[in-house]
Amino acid sequence: MKKKIASAPYILWMALFTVIPLVLVIVFAFTNENKEFTVEAFTKMGQFIPSLIKSLKLALISTVICFVLAYPFSYIMSRSAEHVQRRMMMLIMLPMWMSFLLRTYSWMTLLEKNGLINRFFGLFGLGPFQMINTEGAVVVGMVYNFLPFMILPLYTVMLKIDKSVIEAAQDLGSNSFNVIRKVILPLSLPGIISGITMVFVPSVGTFMISRMLGGNENMLIGDLIEKQFFGNMYNPYLGSAVSLLLMVIILITMGIINLFDDEEMEGMMI
Amino acid sequence: MSDKIIIDLKNIVVSYDGERVLDRINLSIRDKEFVTLLGPSGCGKTTTLRIIGGFVSADEGEIYFDGKKINDLPAHKRKVNTVFQRYALFPHLNVFDNVAFGLKLQKLPKNEIQQAVRKMLEIVNLKGFERRKVNQLSGGQQQRVAIARALVNRPKVLLLDEPLGALDLKLRKEMQLELMNIQKQLGITFIYVTHDQEEALTMSDTVVVMKDGEIQQIGSPQDIYNEPTNAFVADFIGENNIFDGVMLEDYKVQIHGHVFDCVDKGFMKNQPVDVVIRPEDIRIVKPEESPLVGVVESVIFKGVHYESTVKCEGFSWLIHSTQCAPVGSKIGIAFGPEDIHIMNKLVPFSTNRVEGVVTEENTVEFLGVTMVRPNLGLSVDTPVMLTIDPKDIEIVSEDISDLTVYLESMVWKGAYNEMVIWTHDRQMILHSQNDEQVATDIGIKFHTENILIEPLSQGKEA
Repeated sequence: MKKKIASAPYILWMALFTVIPLVLVIVFAFTNENKEFTVEAFTKMGQFIPSLIKSLKLALISTVICFVLAYPFSYIMSRSAEHVQRRMMMLIMLPMWMSFLLRTYSWMTLLEKNGLINRFFGLFGLGPFQMINTEGAVVVGMVYNFLPFMILPLYTVMLKIDKSVIEAAQDLGSNSFNVIRKVILPLSLPGIISGITMVFVPSVGTFMISRMLGGNENMLIGDLIEKQFFGNMYNPYLGSAVSLLLMVIILITMGIINLFDDEEMEGMMI
Repeated sequence: MSDKIIIDLKNIVVSYDGERVLDRINLSIRDKEFVTLLGPSGCGKTTTLRIIGGFVSADEGEIYFDGKKINDLPAHKRKVNTVFQRYALFPHLNVFDNVAFGLKLQKLPKNEIQQAVRKMLEIVNLKGFERRKVNQLSGGQQQRVAIARALVNRPKVLLLDEPLGALDLKLRKEMQLELMNIQKQLGITFIYVTHDQEEALTMSDTVVVMKDGEIQQIGSPQDIYNEPTNAFVADFIGENNIFDGVMLEDYKVQIHGHVFDCVDKGFMKNQPVDVVIRPEDIRIVKPEESPLVGVVESVIFKGVHYESTVKCEGFSWLIHSTQCAPVGSKIGIAFGPEDIHIMNKLVPFSTNRVEGVVTEENTVEFLGVTMVRPNLGLSVDTPVMLTIDPKDIEIVSEDISDLTVYLESMVWKGAYNEMVIWTHDRQMILHSQNDEQVATDIGIKFHTENILIEPLSQGKEA
């Protein structure tokens, strides 16, 4: 009984802000202005396919870059002395103390035609380069904003890999490459999966980064959905339908990724 | 066991953060030998093992394997395998894959791997466990997997780092026997690290006793037990009566003020020594038959013998005898000259002598400690020699201590623990009732009122 009372606020919270909105999205997706059931919204979705593909592509690129950057970093961090670990963690968390929008704005000033980076190149007579309003700028923004979400789960899981397990692998004849391939990679799989999830999902749905760094050329699916709700293109029925589609795509992707994690990874510390 | 030397450590020095963990270790290990490194925690035994395994590199000295220098050979290229303290099994692999790990890296054919793994699992009594997950195994079973995983590679040398530490007593005894059998059966050199003296004596061909990064004694279990080289080894290897004594002349030793005949010679006249008398060598006699008369404090029946504690002139004597006297009764303690083992003290002095200087009137500074002595009567800047009795150094918590010192060793001397400490690159001794962890820092406080102060210069005391 007590358990039920204690969980009541959470159930209420979930109902109010997750379940009801979700139901509303589904209802809106299958209705029109006259409150009639219709699949009309879904037939109009063709125009969104290119931005959807672009969203998936950029999210994928960002996730891969985040992984490549974060994996060695997390490993080195997890094997460092404790005070070094704390300092590195501090450096990772520091940008998070600033607003997400501010951080992205700062990239605008860096990447602009006469921004800091172009001015620096100008000193050597190079450029100016077109950096803002490109796909690259959007990827940079995503990587910059989401990198900590890749590092944290990887670092946590690597911290749990006992040093003696790595030594045992070396002892049995593994060189550094084999230690990584046969021990560290499989043991850090849960971290890899949550890291990918935590970067890929927000990247696919992002709209501020692409709007600020990508310009009109690089509208992503998130921007288009947002436009259906705010602005002169107002069409919540279409917006809901696209949101629903995006949700389904993400669910499928996560399902595929989680297939790699079917084995229990308990007993990390024996 | 053959006479061929398989591993040779020469003058190995290892330091961590400026502290010497191993100090000039010299050790030769023969092929097919069962060698045990024995010592308290912090003595450097595990570091020695890790030097051989290739996980620690020596700052100085050479390590030879089969005649070849292997200082720079990385761990994965060495023909040694290790059984780690906490097994270090691969949690993502099942029993079979754990054991097959090394063989797969050698790219052996599949059926060969299968055969070798099966056979090894049979040797360690884990037949039929191939598909089990390692985290579903008990401690003893995990231990067997760890042993099989190392042995399946047919190493020339197997390193075992306190492999039985986590097991309960009965399982320990079983595994000790099994390990000895496996070692004989496969003819592999075992280097075994433990802090359990009984385990060391039971299992080994050779025991290496270590203390504070130095080897104290190398010998067969019988040698180590019967002829310990110093009080530390005697204390560590078993329950013993160890007392301070003075060697009056050849064949004459004074213990607690009584003079006894002994069989040792070659010491200086009146040299302070450590005297060891084994509890099983002591006889209980009538009070009038021995100069040493004590009162029985406790008697414990141990099966084969009684263990009696007898208080004699302030010192506790431990006696293992088939006889016993009731608690509270007066008895005589008797032993023959050949039962007295005389050893050099761990440090060549029995009291501490420290230089100091008079810094202001009636104030002396030594080892960074300032003490006030009324009516000292020495002028400022006079160098002085302080004599500090071991009894006048007290162990206190570090925040109220005069000095923080490193505790090198601790030996029970019947009425007090004799501790050897290091401070300012100088060894000192103290007597304390406390038990402290060796190889750690402790705080000490001087009873300054008892310190004897003498001027060092020729000038006479005013």
